Amino acid sequence: MVGAVGLLRPHSVALVRRVLFPLGALIGVALAIVAALSLTEPVEQATLHIGLPDLPMHVRLDNLSRVFLALLGSASAGVSLFAAGYFRKGEGTAPGVLGLQYHLFLASMGFVLVADDAYAFMVAWETMALTSYFLVTAQHGIPEIRSAGFLYLLMAHVGAIAILLSFGILQGGTWLFSFDAMRASTLSTPWATAAFLLALFGFGAKAGLLPLHVWLPEAHPAAPSPVSALMSGVMLKTAIYGVLRVTFDLIGDPLWWWGLIPLGLGLATAIFGVVFAAVQTDMKRLLAYSSVENIGVLFTGIGLAIVFHGVGMTELAALALIAVLYHSLNHAFMKSLLFLGTGAVLHATGERNLGRLGGLIHRMPWAAWLTLVGVLAIAGLPPLNGFVSEWLLLQTFLFSHEVPQPFVNMLLPLGAAIVALAAALAGYVMVKFFGIVFLGQPRESSLAAAHDVGGFEKAGLVWLAIGCVLLGLLPRQVIHSLAAATEQLTGAAPNLAGQSWWLLAPLTERDVSYAPLVLLAVIVAVVVATFLIVRVVYRRPVRLAAPWDCGCGRLDPRMQDTAEGFGQPIRHIFVSFFAMERDLPSPHDLAPRYRVKVSDRLWQGAYLPIADLLQRAANSVAWLQQGRISVYLTYSFITLVVLLAVML
Amino acid sequence: MSTVAWLTQFLEVLAALILAPLFLGWVNACRAWLQNRRAPSVLLPYHGIRKLFHKDAVIAASASPLFRVAPYVVFGAMVAAAAVIPSMGTGLPFRSAADAIALVGLLAIARVFMSLAAMDIGTAFGTLGARRDMMIGFLAEPALLMVIFVASLLSATTALPLIAERLVVQPLALYPSLAFTAVAFTMVLLAENARIPVDNPATHLELTMIHEAMLLEYSARHLALMEWAAALKLFNYACIGFALFVPWGASIGSTGIGAMALSLPALLVKLAVAGLWLALLETVSAKLRVFRAPEFMATAFMFAVLGLLVHLLLGA
Amino acid sequence: MQHTPFDLQLLNACAAILLLLSFAMLAQRRIVALVNLLALQGAMLFIATMLLAWRTGQNHLYVSAALTLGLKVIALPWLLHVLIKRLNVQWDSEPLLNVPGTMLIGLVTVVFSFGLAQPIAELASTATRNSLGIAVAVILLAFITMITRRKAMSQVVGFLSMENGLFFGAMSATYGMPMIVEFGVALDVLVAMLVLGVFFFQIREQFDSLDLHNLESLKEDQ
Repeated sequence: MVGAVGLLRPHSVALVRRVLFPLGALIGVALAIVAALSLTEPVEQATLHIGLPDLPMHVRLDNLSRVFLALLGSASAGVSLFAAGYFRKGEGTAPGVLGLQYHLFLASMGFVLVADDAYAFMVAWETMALTSYFLVTAQHGIPEIRSAGFLYLLMAHVGAIAILLSFGILQGGTWLFSFDAMRASTLSTPWATAAFLLALFGFGAKAGLLPLHVWLPEAHPAAPSPVSALMSGVMLKTAIYGVLRVTFDLIGDPLWWWGLIPLGLGLATAIFGVVFAAVQTDMKRLLAYSSVENIGVLFTGIGLAIVFHGVGMTELAALALIAVLYHSLNHAFMKSLLFLGTGAVLHATGERNLGRLGGLIHRMPWAAWLTLVGVLAIAGLPPLNGFVSEWLLLQTFLFSHEVPQPFVNMLLPLGAAIVALAAALAGYVMVKFFGIVFLGQPRESSLAAAHDVGGFEKAGLVWLAIGCVLLGLLPRQVIHSLAAATEQLTGAAPNLAGQSWWLLAPLTERDVSYAPLVLLAVIVAVVVATFLIVRVVYRRPVRLAAPWDCGCGRLDPRMQDTAEGFGQPIRHIFVSFFAMERDLPSPHDLAPRYRVKVSDRLWQGAYLPIADLLQRAANSVAWLQQGRISVYLTYSFITLVVLLAVML
Repeated sequence: MSTVAWLTQFLEVLAALILAPLFLGWVNACRAWLQNRRAPSVLLPYHGIRKLFHKDAVIAASASPLFRVAPYVVFGAMVAAAAVIPSMGTGLPFRSAADAIALVGLLAIARVFMSLAAMDIGTAFGTLGARRDMMIGFLAEPALLMVIFVASLLSATTALPLIAERLVVQPLALYPSLAFTAVAFTMVLLAENARIPVDNPATHLELTMIHEAMLLEYSARHLALMEWAAALKLFNYACIGFALFVPWGASIGSTGIGAMALSLPALLVKLAVAGLWLALLETVSAKLRVFRAPEFMATAFMFAVLGLLVHLLLGA
Repeated sequence: MQHTPFDLQLLNACAAILLLLSFAMLAQRRIVALVNLLALQGAMLFIATMLLAWRTGQNHLYVSAALTLGLKVIALPWLLHVLIKRLNVQWDSEPLLNVPGTMLIGLVTVVFSFGLAQPIAELASTATRNSLGIAVAVILLAFITMITRRKAMSQVVGFLSMENGLFFGAMSATYGMPMIVEFGVALDVLVAMLVLGVFFFQIREQFDSLDLHNLESLKEDQ
């Protein structure tokens, strides 16, 4: 099993991406299949004697790891296929080096998922951060990309320190850093809480949880599209994995009120992310903010699971966890698909700004229709996959008023309202994204030269789109697999026995069910029947004509809504979310230009002051730096003397 | 499932298809009466649809296949929604396939496709309509979900036919929470079906129209399907309202042609009253500016959430 | 779900409608409609009091019901309407800041008061103890109504609505205040109303408008 992960590292630097990337994809598929098939098997453990002597790395393969490995393998397979056709010469880092970084990145994510001691985990985690940093800065010639990369690296390290501290607490005085020892040690409540909070902070920084999200909309768009897809689709899920691992496995029995923290932060993140996504004008930033929203939804689910688990409602905790795992899987597919779609557009047009795109469905039908699948899925429309996890989460929320805690039982159901609002807003965002990029008339004349995706890229997109459809249509099978992981984490799993294979009815005490296949069949039957009837009975010709121009005689592509225009209602309604700069041209202006810049209040309110403070602190000790060797030697001498004095 | 059950399912969808334009015609006629105008025939929507089906279609040259597919998808989603809504009987075999959350999803499919189709041609009006419709939609959808949540907390299920069934079977009780959600639901209904005060179905005034702006480029059979789907949407919403707030009259549990036949008059009476009520609401209220519409919808959302809170406090 | 007796359900419904009306007042721009809503709130209070009197058989509640009807449903709204007509502010509407925002604050207030009332309700022994949360919410919502208004007239309406909430709270917690207190409060309200009526004329004479914004100019400049 671990061999399969190891195989993901091709050592060749040659320009054989046509072989390497498909090979990586193949290994990904194999990994996914093996991981999924072994879901019910017992836990496997191994000790690898690599790295430093006397410090072996432990690896462990349990159901939680298997679920996430399956996610990693299956989603990355599609991305790798796409990448095989995507990377070309002349864009920053050479493709060969990029291939190495890319596969190292994949391998390190795999290793994060199987690591079984803090040392191995941190090595893999840091490798993951570094390789992804190099991938983000692949086009290092552009200053914005360099600064985005720096911000990313900074946040990754702040997060990593928190995770390291959390592990430090978790070992509980035994000074054994294997996860087994952490499971065995019992912590007092304050220490356990501290460990949980540190882990939440560290993994939250990686996932983009509010208020640690600032790097995400900078770094994800900066990377080449397949890498953005991997980062949004897969890497963020390793943070989800980390939170689940620490909370439910290493700490073991989380207190119920811990759950309120990720729940509240998650809800805030979800609304924040989707509102910001709605006002973006760069298509990859839009998707990055949409990732922030989805992370919020995931953390909401985790919080709900912790609350339920803490008050002893384990079946509901299992259901909430199922929703989390399911949504992780869904988001891996949907978001990878969408990022790859933007990659195709970027390659075809060289344009990321929504205001210069449009009408691409005519030029790039494959990319457009396959992206449409992802768009509908992430908008939470049945019978695709995004709806299933949303449905599960909402169903779980419907029980939250039974939590035996006053006040909380009244607040929790309100979370459902926020989740519903975020989901509906996601629909808005996705209509904007698809409508402006692919529909309408081309906003620039250069778009006429856009070409559709090539063979490998098409294959990658098709793979992910099929994943979206299948995950949506076969929820019972998916949940059956995920149940193995929730069984391990909470000791409970939804009871699916004795139900038809096409029906999803995860709650026994409440009559709720959902059968996407039947739903799809009915819609398709109605559509086909209507089509046939209309065709047979009223067979009239179709005439093409110019669109109605209201008599003004000139229809210009610039009359369509721009990205700013489409986001205007959101900007108007959620005005307090944004820090906005706006130039309205005067009516007499002969060359009017409208400019609006929307930015994040948190950036100005929290980050810049902190950066400022650090800068000042750094300046205040800067006098130490004299630039003369003898002064530095004096420092060393004084240090040595002081140390000797203290030690002796 | 027995063949009788499937037959009732089929008949119910058929009834929805047939009654939907009639209901629309009735609302319009009532509105005309209340406004001292001579009312158009109640059957006018049928004539309109029939006429449109007999015309040659004209499509903009810049339309993509999405534009042609959308009317069918919208219509299909609406028909599928009609199949889950217990307009006459609750013993629908299709009810286990899609619960009320999926129903909201079905309505969202129709909205998303209609908006995408409107953006497809690339005219100013199309995108304007799409944007405004999505703006209404993103507030209406969670409000509707909250309304449904309150009802499902009362009845311990999210399947709409079961909600209606349990509300009827339970001893008659006043649910204060339902009072709030009823207000919210009425507001959502008005907004989602492009009625006054959010949109005016009777005009094509550029600055204010929402729904009609999206349909500007459609003609002939495509327009007929869109119009029919809109009528069906109004009918569906009315029947969701009946299921949540006045479920009496629908045949419960046992399915059979006889029971269905008995519940048809009940449905007609409810529709007649609802139509009159809608027309009255539209007559006494003034059209809001487009920017007031989000306030209106947000108020609906707040009311629905308030209903949830009241339910949690009072347990009813 | 346990079955609650029908009259209690009716009472709960009244409570809920009271809350609904409070929210409607929060979102209402027009002053005439605001007064009508206040009258409607009084009417709901009257129905609730009558129901409670009938249910508990406490005769003094009938008296307070009659007081409510006379004062809050008929006298005060009538007085307000007369004032509005005299002052010629029928068509006044207020520029409300962001209705959804206000509603959101209202919603948070409701959650807060429901949470606050939950432990208190456990202590109370009355059948209507659940409505206590609603009463607290009505009071606080009336407060918010007053905070967000600038016109003197709406301030008064908010004040009266707050009194409604207090009355309802007393009723649901302890089946009404002692008679003497009730009379005193009723008289207070009436007097306050009359005094405020006089104030209105004074304010308008001074500033040609009822906008309380103008009062800011009265403070001494440093």
